[in-house]
Amino acid sequence: METDDIRPRLREFCSVRAPGLADEDEIFEVGDVNSLFAIELLTFVEEAFGITLEDEDLEKKNFSSISAMAALVERKLNA
Amino acid sequence: MSFGPVGVIGAGVMGVGVAQDLAQTGHRVILIDMTDEILEAARRQLTKHVRFHHLVKRDAERQDVAEVIERIRFSRDYGLLAGADFVIENVTEDWDLKQSVYRDLDGICSPECPFAANTSAIPISRIAAATDRASRVLGMHFMNPVPLKPAVEVIRGRHTSDATIEEAEALLTRMGKEAIIVNDSPGFVSNRVLMLTINESVSILHEGVATAETIDAIFKRCFAHEMGPLETADLIGLDTVLQTLRVLSDAVSGSKYWPCPLLESMVDSGLLGRKSGQGFYRYEGGEPLPAG
Repeated sequence: METDDIRPRLREFCSVRAPGLADEDEIFEVGDVNSLFAIELLTFVEEAFGITLEDEDLEKKNFSSISAMAALVERKLNA
Repeated sequence: MSFGPVGVIGAGVMGVGVAQDLAQTGHRVILIDMTDEILEAARRQLTKHVRFHHLVKRDAERQDVAEVIERIRFSRDYGLLAGADFVIENVTEDWDLKQSVYRDLDGICSPECPFAANTSAIPISRIAAATDRASRVLGMHFMNPVPLKPAVEVIRGRHTSDATIEEAEALLTRMGKEAIIVNDSPGFVSNRVLMLTINESVSILHEGVATAETIDAIFKRCFAHEMGPLETADLIGLDTVLQTLRVLSDAVSGSKYWPCPLLESMVDSGLLGRKSGQGFYRYEGGEPLPAG
């Protein structure tokens, strides 16, 4: 997995349910209405990048935006 | 005050959601299904959803995952339900199957144990008649994903007692949910209206009046619904939608609930929605894309 691929894949995944979401936009600020999307997003992050999210990774700040998730995935892949 | 274990029958999507919600709100749960494979898949799914819960539910506190999962006993043994204080049944909407489950439960559970059918369309009074405890049978129509939905459609059957309704309300209150109570009727309120909407949307698609995306866009952008009817159908599962329409059609005279031929042919072709990867949309990594 090239780190350059991380952002485009996250953007593509988010683009259908949250069209127009910019890299820095707060994903979880939309509330419970997109709850199903949130579960799918977390599952996608684990499966698409072949990483296991540990307890310490499961902090809102790591999933607050596309940029935050890309940084987390990059950290996990380089760990 | 402590509460005895709650029996949850069926470890599919709904049963797993109900078990998760119960365990996260401090209840002991006996989760029953037919095979070890299904139960093992349910354990994996539950573990994942409990881990993610504090991220997906606003204001939810982080819980110890192992502690929550330990409250759930996964088993094939209906006999364990002899000790249950409340049973919530989530088996598939197949009357013959449900009927046999209720006969078994009736012989195993204590006579006072309420039975809540998490059904989307089968009349509660018919279910009650399959047991010798009609006053203790009611409907609890949970919505998916269960732990994130704040309200439940609770159905009072013809013979359901006030005490049974009160116990159901108390259980739902402990789960942090509101009970919205309606009287028994095929499809209750929710599906009597929703299934007509979905079926008519499929007919509109079939006639070429609008695409699936356009139909859903009307509901999302004009009515501000979270999802459109065809996305909702994909989420429910097109086989379940078809089955529900057939149940409603059998119960109501006239052609109002006759399934659209397009829906029947999609189910015949294995296009079942999200769970099969394609329905009115294609799903890659869980997200809907135009079916093309």
